[in-house]
Parts: sequence; C-alpha cells; structure tokens
Amino acid sequence: MAAENTTIFSPQLAARFDRLVTLYPVKRSALVPMLLYAQDEIGYISDAVVAEVAQRIGITELDVRNVVSYYSLMRTKPVGKYHVQVCTNISCMLRGGNELLHHCSQRLGIGHKQTTPDGLFSLEEVECIGACSWAPAVQVNYDYHENLTPESMDKVLDQYRAKASK
Amino acid sequence: MADVTFTVDGKQLTAPKGTLLIEACRKAGIEIPAFCYYPGLSLQGACRMCVVRVEKMPKLQTACTTPVADGMVVTTESPEIAQARKATIELLLGNHPLDCPVCDAGGECELQDMTFKYGAHQSQFVEIKNHREEQQWSPVVYFDRPRCILCYRCVRVCGEGMDVWALGIQNRGSGAVIAPNKQDHLECEECGMCIDICPVGALTSGTYRYKTRPWEMSHVSTVCTHCADGCKTTLGVRRADDGMEIVRGDNRDKSGFNNDFLCIKGRYAFDFASREDRITQPLLKQPDGQFKPATWDEALDFAGKQLREIRDTRGGKSIGVIGSTRITNEEAYLLQKFARTVLGTNNIDHHRTADYPSFLAALKAKGQKEASIRDFADAKAILVLGSDPTEQHPLLAWQIRNNVRNNQARLYAANHQDIKLRRQATGFLKIQQENYGALIAFLAGNEKTFEGNANAAGFREALRKEESIVIAFGSEYRGRDIEALIAFGAGFPNVKFACLGDYANSRGASDMGLLPDLLPGYVPVTGAGSFMQEYGAALPQTAGMDMVQMFDAAGRGELAALYVASADPVKRFGVDPAALKNTFLIVQDMFLTETAKLADVILPAANLYEKAGTATNTYGDLQLVKKAGDKAGVRSDFDLIVRLAGHMGHDIKSLVPFGKGLLADFGQSRGTQSGEADRHAVWLTAHQLELKASPFDPFAIFDEIQRLVPAYDLPRLDLMAGNDEHLKSDLVQIQTGATRRDLVLPSNDTLFTSGTLGEYSQMLHSVMESRKQSPAETAAD
Ligand code: SF4
Ligand code: SF4
Ligand code: SF4
Ligand code: FES
Ligand code: FES
Repeated sequence: MAAENTTIFSPQLAARFDRLVTLYPVKRSALVPMLLYAQDEIGYISDAVVAEVAQRIGITELDVRNVVSYYSLMRTKPVGKYHVQVCTNISCMLRGGNELLHHCSQRLGIGHKQTTPDGLFSLEEVECIGACSWAPAVQVNYDYHENLTPESMDKVLDQYRAKASK
Repeated sequence: MADVTFTVDGKQLTAPKGTLLIEACRKAGIEIPAFCYYPGLSLQGACRMCVVRVEKMPKLQTACTTPVADGMVVTTESPEIAQARKATIELLLGNHPLDCPVCDAGGECELQDMTFKYGAHQSQFVEIKNHREEQQWSPVVYFDRPRCILCYRCVRVCGEGMDVWALGIQNRGSGAVIAPNKQDHLECEECGMCIDICPVGALTSGTYRYKTRPWEMSHVSTVCTHCADGCKTTLGVRRADDGMEIVRGDNRDKSGFNNDFLCIKGRYAFDFASREDRITQPLLKQPDGQFKPATWDEALDFAGKQLREIRDTRGGKSIGVIGSTRITNEEAYLLQKFARTVLGTNNIDHHRTADYPSFLAALKAKGQKEASIRDFADAKAILVLGSDPTEQHPLLAWQIRNNVRNNQARLYAANHQDIKLRRQATGFLKIQQENYGALIAFLAGNEKTFEGNANAAGFREALRKEESIVIAFGSEYRGRDIEALIAFGAGFPNVKFACLGDYANSRGASDMGLLPDLLPGYVPVTGAGSFMQEYGAALPQTAGMDMVQMFDAAGRGELAALYVASADPVKRFGVDPAALKNTFLIVQDMFLTETAKLADVILPAANLYEKAGTATNTYGDLQLVKKAGDKAGVRSDFDLIVRLAGHMGHDIKSLVPFGKGLLADFGQSRGTQSGEADRHAVWLTAHQLELKASPFDPFAIFDEIQRLVPAYDLPRLDLMAGNDEHLKSDLVQIQTGATRRDLVLPSNDTLFTSGTLGEYSQMLHSVMESRKQSPAETAAD
C-alpha cells in the first residue's frame, strides 16, 4: 500500500486515507470522500490523484474516472485561488442569479469554468447550493455570500482581491 | 428448484422458481424485446424495452428483472405496451444519427428492428443532433458515440465476461458516454466481444468496419484455425477477384460450445488468407536457386517422378513426411496412409505440443474419462495444473470464468506464474517451474510438505474435499508425470481429465497417426493387422524416425526426400538449413516459409478455412470443418496428396476408397461458391472416373477413419448438422505411453501469437505493436 514516501499527498492526508479505507465493508466506499479531500488539497483531481486513489482502493483508474466524471463538483482542471460559484437554480434565478452571473463574468473578464490570467479567480455556474432562503447566493471556495446584488458582489470580489495581495 | 406456474398471453407456463420472466417467455417462444438484457450478464434494467403488464402491479414491469411467481398473469403485447416501447425508441432516436445506410450494423441492428416493429418513425424533437467524431481506440475497436444507446452490454461483457474491465461509463444522464480504460485508447485483450454484443453499430471493428453490407456476404459456420480449443465460428465471405474473401468472423448464432465467444484470433486473425504474398502457383527451384512458376502438371510430374525414383532406388526408409497441426483429420489420416502405403515409410511426424499418447494410455489404464470443453461450463470444481488458459486457451478461460461467476464453481490452480485466472481461483498455489511432477506426489499425499509452502497443505485439503472435479493440465506434464496425475485424479469419486495441446488440430494430428510409431487410433505400427486388411497392402512394421531423427538423418545425408504438408519445421525446430541441402524437399504451404525457401518443389496449399472435413479439439470434441474462403490457384492438402500419389503412378482408388457406400460427398461439404465442383468434373472426366463420388471427397476418408478408429465412430448426422461430438476415447486401444519419447515442444503462444499463421496476420501484428506492455489491472471489489 502507498508508503508515505511515494504518496503525492501531505503526510496528514495520507494518514487519513490509510485509515479511511479501513472504515467500510468494501474499500471502494471510501472513493468519494477520498476524492473530495484530495481535490481540496491538490486543487483538482489530477492524473496523479486518480492513479494514487485507484491504487489505494484497489480499483482501476477507469473506475475512478467514471465516478469523477459523474459528479459535477469534482474537477479535473485547476481553478483559481478563489473559485466563485454562482447559483442560478430556481430560487436564485428568480432573485437575480443570472444577472449576478453575468455581472461576475463582466467584472472578472471570464466565463463559465474559466480562470483569470493571474490565477486569482475562476467562475462557475452551479445548481442549488442549499442557500435558497437567502437567494441569490454565491459560494467562494467553502464560504457563502448571500442576498447579493451586483454592488455587494463587487465588494465580495474586492475583499478576496485584497486578501490575496496581503 | 421448485417450479412455479403462471400465465403469459393466456398461455399457462411453468418455470423453475427464480427464472426471469424474459427468459421464461423466450423458452416458451414468446419474444420480448430487450436492449440491455443479455443472458449470462448481470441485470441492468436500463432500456425499458422489455416492459410488460403484470396483473395487480400498478405500472408496466421490466421483464428482464422480474422473476416469475406463482399465479402471475402477464401480457406481453398490447396497445399500451407497444406505445411504451415506441416512446422508448423515440427517445433513443432523439440523438441517433440514423446513418443506417453506411452503418456496419445496418440490416443487423436491433434498434432498426425495433423501430421497424414499433414504428417510431416520427420524432417530436426539433433540436440539432449532437455529433461526435468516430474514435479509434485500438487496432480492433472503434467507437461511434452518437450511435450508442447506452445499454451497457459492452461494459458488462468486458468486465464480467472477459474479466478485463476495460470499458467504463463517464458523465451522467444524457451526457453519459462509454469510455476506454486509457482515456483516449484501449489496452485490453482485443477480443471484440464488446463489438459483437453491441446491439447497434456504436462499436465497430478495424477488420470489418465500412467494408461490406451484411447481406452481401454468405455465411459459413466452421471451426477456428488457431488454438486447440476449436471454437465454432461463422465466417462471412464475399466474392473477390480471385475467389471468396473472408471479411468477418463471429459466432452470433451462439451455436457450438463456445456460444458467442471468440478471442481475437478467431474473430479477426483470418486476414492471412487474403494476403498478397500467398503462393498461388506451383514453384520449382531452378539451378540458380530461384523459384520459377510451373504448371500443376509440371510440378506434380516432377515431384511424383522424383519421389517414385527415390522410393524405388533407396527405399521408403530414406523418405520422411512431416504433417501439420492445422489440417483436417481426413488430411492427416490420408497423409499417414500416403506415407505408409505409397512411400512405404513410417518416418512421419508433426509438431507435437502435448503428450496425447501418454494421456490416452494413462486414461485407459485407470479406466478414466476424458473431459469435453463443455464440461468446464458446468463442472462443480475445476483443477488447472500448468498452462495459462487466458493466453493459450482463451475459450477454456472463458468457460471457467463464467462457471465461477454464474454457478459458483470452485477453481483450483497451480502454476509457476501468476496467471490471470488466479483471480477466479478458490485456491491458487504458486510453484517452481520444475516441481509440477513433485506437486502430484504431494497432492496424492505421498509427501508431507511441498516447497516449504505453508499454503500448500490448505490447498490440498480443500481440493481433496471435492467430490466431482474436472482436471486440465498443460504441456508441463508428459509421460510418467501424466501417469501419476491420472492415478492421483482417479481418487476423486467423479473426475474427468483434459490434456491441453496448442494448435487447432494438434489432437487430430496425433489421433490420426502422424507419428512414427503409432497408426491412427494409436495402434502400434507393429500390430497393423486391421489396417493391412483395410488397405489391402503391406505396411512397414518397424517404428520410423521422429522429427528430430529425420533432420539428424538429413544432416548425415541419409534422408533422400522429405515431404512437408502445411508446416514450418525449419523455423519451429530451428533446423540448420544446411542439413537439408542433399534432401529432395517438397513443401506445400500458403507462404514462402523458412522451410518452403529450401524446397525443390512448392505446391500452393489452402488453409483450414478453405476446405472441408473434420477437426478435433484438444478435449476430444469432433467438429465439422466447412469450406468458407477460396483462393484461385491453391489446393487443399487432401487434394495435393491425392494428386501427388496419382503422379507417382499409384492407384488412387486404393488411397481414397471413394464410391464405396452411400456416405459420399456430393459437393455439399464444399459450399456453393467454390467453383471446385467444376475443376473436379474436368479432372474426373479426364481420368474416366465417376462424377458423383470423387477421390477428393474427405468423407470417403472419414468413412474409413470411422471403420478403423473406434473412438471416432460417432453419429454422423449430428456432426453434419454442425454439432460437436465427444470422442469415445475410452475405446482407444493404447498400451504404451509413458516410456515413449514425447518430443513435446510447446508453442508458447499468447493471445496475440499463433505459430506460423500468426506471423502472417497483420491484425495480430498491429495489436502487438500498438500495445505498450502493461500489467493487467485488477477487478473492482
Ligand atoms: S475488445 Fe474485449 S477486452 Fe477489449 S474492450 Fe472489448 S470486450 Fe473488453
Ligand atoms: S457501445 Fe453498444 S454495447 Fe456499448 S453501451 Fe453503447 S450501444 Fe450498448
Ligand atoms: S479460443 Fe482458440 S479456438 Fe477459440 S477463437 Fe480463440 S484461438 Fe480460436
Ligand atoms: S437555488 Fe440557489 S441556493 Fe438554492
Ligand atoms: S431489457 Fe429490460 S430494461 Fe433493458
């Protein structure tokens, strides 16, 4: 099994994975959590992630790719430092989600699933993120921003830009 | 299991409990359409084509996932059901390219058939179709994505059936797509099972793709010419400028013991037959060492005269004959008869890949039974010693995998390599290559320990608990080891054995007496009584030279002539070409092989797909070989042997007893397209012979084989109908065995090689070139 010195993950994550595969009656149940943790650490699900996860679970790389491609929340390309996910599902749409998306696109100069040249921001149109009560909502990495307008969205973006230049 | 009774379309049916409704209906002749359901594979329930109405159930039910139950009342056709199926088809056609006029599957497509039946000829969709370019995944497999109806048959047959797991599904919903294991290409066993099982034309083969239309072919079912498993195959042939070209191989009619299975060799490696460099004219070597084309009469006269002169001046002992492992039983038989009665020699041999004489002698001594390949499909337990079935016996591996998966059979295997089949094994014992013999002593309980391997005892214990078992062993076992193995196996209450040789008719070559010491049916040359009676001639009574001795004799200048029929011993046995410089050499073959290059006379020969007769697989299953392909200018080995005898001045009626009895061939075994009947007619008239039963009739010889070899005296009708018959190998009267020199030289073929034939298959070459050697991946848990 993947010895620490051959893993592409941090020692902490590798240790976590070592344990994860022992928790389920069949090893492959650990697949989705493993992929999500890996994505958080590496930024996306690279070929190397696919290979190591397949090896740790004892399934084919094809099996891993089948699952990765099924879930839209798993990505196989790097994203920006701040990944801006704008919801345009029904509640958000009714409360200006589409306009918000358009606005972000204008401000950042990128479209759906694109990244700014400086690598700071990437944009994605997503389905419901479970914040309907405070629609329209945007998720940046794991943080939520709610009840947004184009103006308040600008502030959110500026905040992240400022955070990055510190 | 107990039977249940239920009603389908007003008919009362019974079926064992647990039977799927779709299967129960099919057995009763009620056809239920299905795209995703495929017998033997796991259930998918994806396509909804099989919907039926079951009383007391609120919605239409999928017949492919519903087990029958007592008192169930089912309707399989009604306006409601037709409407549901029509809607399903309409959705499938929503993004279907409808390029049927150029699609390989056109005319043989399940989607076409269903559209024809349910008539979804109008579409409510106005959206532009989503087009994707066709992709080449390997030399064998091409994928045309828009044609795919996502039935997942390919994914399942590759994973469950082949245990390769090379195909997957990516994305989801309407974006779902079949994907190959290496992202943009495949690395797999290239069997083509996925292609043939695809109900539409989404997966196509590099061999057949865009080559012809299904209705332009004639279909001939015959036997695969590659390994010794003897799969039945249906060859699609089409008229070409120089005969009949084979364009497709499959077994979609599921006839024969291989059902729909073929490996890459059976399905695609027939391309050798239409190679440009085939020899299609007799060739004579000139004093300057060059070959010059000659007429048949020139070549045969010359060869016949030389052979006759050598026989008359230096005696039969100075002539050798080497036969083939890929000719029919009748040809092998005729070749030995020719050697023994016309040339007067017992110097006859072939490339032996298994020690059949020792095997049959040991079976006889212990009163044991031989296993048919069919036995591996339903045996409760199987023991495989040596060999690597996945590579060398793909059908055997397929039978074992399916038996383990569908019937929970227990597989035990011992091998010096980590063979792929160990994934199916209940018990696997890795042993040293030199310890196959010692293993038997251990299994039989004569030794306490084995190689100091702690697992060995557990393996033995589990194995010896089996009551009913089939044992297959590879060429690792010969002579005394086979004797010991059979003696050990005889300890099981219920046991059958199989001896694994390598080539399509290796078994037949051995059974038909292409051996210096044994006549057909393993009768020793010293006791040739019944043969002399039948032949009405004296036979040489001392054992002749074997393959090795013949080449040694040639090297010493003691072999005046050598006749080689469809074999390449120079290459296979690494013979020094100089050894044959003083030997008059006649070679009949398809290509200018290493042996043919040294010949004085080369006669262009047909291959197994271009002739009729019978062949025996390594398990002793006898099958009919039918003529499918044809190439102008070549002749079958049978034909050539008869003609050579004729040109030696021999009375061919004494060689082929044609005209005897009613079982003669009236041309039916040759296919309609051959044009051979005309050639016969001309030849026969010229020789004032009767037209209705010719000296080229393999069945005249088969009659004789059945008279002389009791094991082959099987019901003829079944055989002619295309069924396999298991030899009565208990009737083989062989005494000697273990003490003979076995001279076994395993071919060591893999999935992608096939002796001499493989060297001439472009498809096998391109697969090997495209493959980066990578270890097989393991299955998911
Ligand atoms: S050719 Fe055979 S091994 Fe290859 S993907 Fe198709 S089914 Fe699987
Ligand atoms: S490629 Fe053929 S067999 Fe595979 S899912 Fe598509 S339609 Fe079915
Ligand atoms: S398993 Fe053997 S007999 Fe069957 S198709 Fe393959 S090579 Fe031919
Ligand atoms: S619809 Fe946007 S968060 Fe639910
Ligand atoms: S055959 Fe029953 S759902 Fe496909």
